[in-house]
Amino acid sequence: MKSLIAKKSEKDIFKFPKAPTGIQGLDEITFGGLPKNRSSLLVGDTGCGKTLMAMEFLVNGIELFDEPGVFMAFEEKKDELVLNVKSLGYDLDKHIANNKLYIEQVKISPDEMVETGKYNLEGLFVRLEQAIYKVMAKRVVLDSLDKLFYGLDEKILRSEFLRLMTWLKKMEVTAIITSENGDPFLTHKGIVEYVADCVIILDNRLTNQVGTRRLRIVKYRGSTHGNNEYPFTIDESGISVYPLISESIQQASSSKRISSGIKDLDDMLDRKGFYEGSSILISGTAGTGKTSIAASFAYSVCQSKKVCLFCAFEEAPNQVIRNMSSIGFHLEPLVKSGILTFYYSRPTLQNLELHFLAIKKIIHEIKPSVVILDPITNLMTEGPNSDIRSMLTRFVDFLKTKQITVLFTAAITVGSIERNPSDEGISSMVDTWMMVQDIEVDAERTRSLCVMKSRGMVHSNEVRRFIISGKGINLSPILTKGKMPVADSKRKIKEHENLSTSKESIGVKDSSR
Amino acid sequence: MSKKITDNVEVKASAADAGQKTYVLQLFVTGILPNSVRAIGNIKSICEKYLKDRYELEIIDIYQQPDLAIAEDIIAVPVLIKKSPYPQERMVGDMSNTEKVLKGLGIV
Repeated sequence: MKSLIAKKSEKDIFKFPKAPTGIQGLDEITFGGLPKNRSSLLVGDTGCGKTLMAMEFLVNGIELFDEPGVFMAFEEKKDELVLNVKSLGYDLDKHIANNKLYIEQVKISPDEMVETGKYNLEGLFVRLEQAIYKVMAKRVVLDSLDKLFYGLDEKILRSEFLRLMTWLKKMEVTAIITSENGDPFLTHKGIVEYVADCVIILDNRLTNQVGTRRLRIVKYRGSTHGNNEYPFTIDESGISVYPLISESIQQASSSKRISSGIKDLDDMLDRKGFYEGSSILISGTAGTGKTSIAASFAYSVCQSKKVCLFCAFEEAPNQVIRNMSSIGFHLEPLVKSGILTFYYSRPTLQNLELHFLAIKKIIHEIKPSVVILDPITNLMTEGPNSDIRSMLTRFVDFLKTKQITVLFTAAITVGSIERNPSDEGISSMVDTWMMVQDIEVDAERTRSLCVMKSRGMVHSNEVRRFIISGKGINLSPILTKGKMPVADSKRKIKEHENLSTSKESIGVKDSSR
Repeated sequence: MSKKITDNVEVKASAADAGQKTYVLQLFVTGILPNSVRAIGNIKSICEKYLKDRYELEIIDIYQQPDLAIAEDIIAVPVLIKKSPYPQERMVGDMSNTEKVLKGLGIV
């Protein structure tokens, strides 16, 4: 028993040696990087980003970890390769000149070759060895395996591949070997996966005309790893993987409150407003005033000298500014002073991850205390709901770790109020959920607002009349008989009274904190 | 026997051509590994038998001259490169399949 415990603790102390990739997120899901001095296999269809990921591994090795690298290209020409990754900000020429990177281009044309008996791939080994010694490389990329082994006899291929793996280990280099996914050799014989110490599959899936790149670690000998499929993006700053794990764990929960900007709404929320760092959802049909509530919140936040980021997916910022000034929220000076920032992008322009990535970048720059997404449902057209939800969850988690209050609006269709599946998905995720809807009272459209839920506070269950006027937003009780709104002359009179009194006491400008 | 003189000339010319053509061959090997040793033996006997006095065979050990392996884009070894006569041909293997070697050299 004792020895067992000893063994266990020994095991805890031991850390599998790893070579960090420096790729954002990848080191997190591999818990430190690729297996050091061993070979990893990067599998994926054309256009998945295999070459790029491999190259980033090398470049990061040089720039961040002082580990020179060798890139053996069987597919692309050296010049093309240099040019292709230049757009991602990698200056390979510099590293080549500094003798930190060596690119060896191998032209293979098996069609020209006649087999006259037994042979092996010793030529490859000799050249690789030369290249490794040239820059004293610690990292090696072979791109791609299929091209190298194409047309070769299977027996030779098998033995040579095994030999290559052992040889690379002996050379003490951390290697990435790329390979096409659909290769029958891989899928049927499976020896590559069997021999490699780590297998990562890349995938570029198209759903609803929007492509999403994904990554999954299928195998990692001697180490734990994240099992899920993780979305990743390629942009001008390279590859970024988005693991859920990195953003969900440590959330501090604040008990501080932040005003909604509408006094009457604050009253409904325990008289104090939202929690700081919580997530808020406003859902409602078209024209119920969701954006107005959002703008009012933004306005109040900015008034209290806090930075706010307004992400508009429907209206252009200028339009939002114009529209909101009509109800008394003058956002333009706030934008000019830099306290309010707009992010505007068409949802169809790029996939959701890229939107979130762009927003994240802005967040890193301006460090807002409030982020508004208006409306989130517009993003939902781009991709299946489960994807969106997980992405949104990740995004909300990210904001929560940063203690940023997030408010999103969701447009729902009339028929599906309260039963909209995508909406349900979000509403379970948020801390405070408000519903704005049109109700018909005495042949008149009336806006109403109710708080569906609000975690951690005593909130009003009342459905309030929700009035947008030139001076802002205020809420008044709906006069009801029983449960249904009653339309009678008495109510109308009362309503007028309510309106006139509440108009005098509009509380949008000050935050009651 | 009533063939045109021109025909005769042509036949003679081509025969003479074939006879004079010198084969320039390069064999890339890896030291004294079995495949390489076999390849050297096999190609030498083929050349002696079919190309006597009209061939140049250069044997290159890529362990000794790795730069040449890079220059010639060598991956599989042993490999025989027929530099001349044109077109250039490559044959991989230990040259044990004489028929294929001859075919590759353009002799049969």
